[in-house]
Amino acid sequence: MNPALRARNHPGYWAFVVHRVSGVLLALYLPAHFWVLGLALHAPARLDAFLRWTDQPLVRFGEWGLVLLLAAHFTGGLRLLALEFLPWREWQKSLAALAAGVALAVALAFALAL
Amino acid sequence: MSARREALLWAAQRASAALLALCVVVHLATMIYAAHTGLSAAQILERTRGNAAWLGFYSVFLLAVVVHVPIGLRAVLSEWLGWRGASRDAVLAAFAAVLAWLGARAILGVFL
Amino acid sequence: MKTLDVRVWRGGAHGRYQGFQVPREESQTVLDVVTHIQRVQEPTLAYRFACRVGMCGSCAMTVNGVARWTCRTHVDLVAPDGRLEIAPLRNLPVIRDLVTDMREFFDKWARAKGRFQGRRTRREDFERVAPDSEARKQVDAAIECIGCAVCYSSCDVVAWNPDYLGPAALNRAWTLLRDVREAANPERLRAVAGDAGCHACHTQMGCSERCPKQISPTAGIAGLKRAAAAAALKGEL
Repeated sequence: MNPALRARNHPGYWAFVVHRVSGVLLALYLPAHFWVLGLALHAPARLDAFLRWTDQPLVRFGEWGLVLLLAAHFTGGLRLLALEFLPWREWQKSLAALAAGVALAVALAFALAL
Repeated sequence: MSARREALLWAAQRASAALLALCVVVHLATMIYAAHTGLSAAQILERTRGNAAWLGFYSVFLLAVVVHVPIGLRAVLSEWLGWRGASRDAVLAAFAAVLAWLGARAILGVFL
Repeated sequence: MKTLDVRVWRGGAHGRYQGFQVPREESQTVLDVVTHIQRVQEPTLAYRFACRVGMCGSCAMTVNGVARWTCRTHVDLVAPDGRLEIAPLRNLPVIRDLVTDMREFFDKWARAKGRFQGRRTRREDFERVAPDSEARKQVDAAIECIGCAVCYSSCDVVAWNPDYLGPAALNRAWTLLRDVREAANPERLRAVAGDAGCHACHTQMGCSERCPKQISPTAGIAGLKRAAAAAALKGEL
């Protein structure tokens, strides 16, 4: 195994990485998301053209990726709130696994809905 | 001073997180419903335009986002880019303002 | 397998791994391996140990990438293929070979006000501490720390933020914060809050994962975060 990973290969660490990376990616996505929706205000024709573009399979896959990121960040966040506010118990260490499971379930729901 | 500021930022981050947890559930459920029902853009806008309830909901959602995102990025900037101090915080405040402005335009465009 | 293939860090911050062939014994610990190397093969090897029985924490090193007490780490557990890589603890300056400079670790302990300060004098009666009170149970869960620095070495935030007090110091501050006999708690909370304190913890839980005493500094640090927020909102911080 990669030497840098040997000490870090435990659930809490991966939960941290997923939470941070998903958060950064969502933070970069949001301004673009808001700007596109704002087109509805003053440039509805451009919005229509943009929404037609989003029907392409690659874009739909990107949308699914975004839902996965949001679900991952959300479930990881719930885990953190539990760890920081609930009385400490051993099962709290396993919350990372639960968070991952729920995030994937949500992403799957979105994918199947498509 | 740093202790008090950090404690309040932490509290704001967790409070906005709790609020976002509720908002995100609603948002994801709505997106999944829209995708499942196969709503077109025009059909979505038909349902959202002039809807005070959705306008109110997304305004609260936006407020929580504007608090949560910059505070979240703050730690990333200091730990992974070594960027600390007043200049980092000033840039994040500006980013918050940009998010708020773009978000308000989006809400007006979709719900008004 | 009759021999172990052992690589040991030699030098300071800059150095290299030196290879040794060490005879494999039954129930051998990593400390046994290091001791054998120093006594039989390489007398210039520098390393620390004291009790040899898992009570003092002096023998903590990085074994195959993970911080451990070498006296309580069986070779069979960590080197099923007979290969060992032994290095000094991470996140601390290296004095030589496997020996780190622990001063910063203990300085941070002091900066976190990790020292007990009672309210009563010898002329007064003892303070009563109810052992099954919620506060005391929280203290008891965290009190057994022996300052071995395994948690400190296992934390990325310590690596990324040089001022970060670290899990051990914050854990100790937590036990004192919840101690009913304590006199210095307002200052202590101020000392441990802030971006060099509890608020820098991102719940990676490397500390809780690796602590040989099964302490969870993450729990204590979460408690510090809650206490700091409550105090700040009341204008007491």
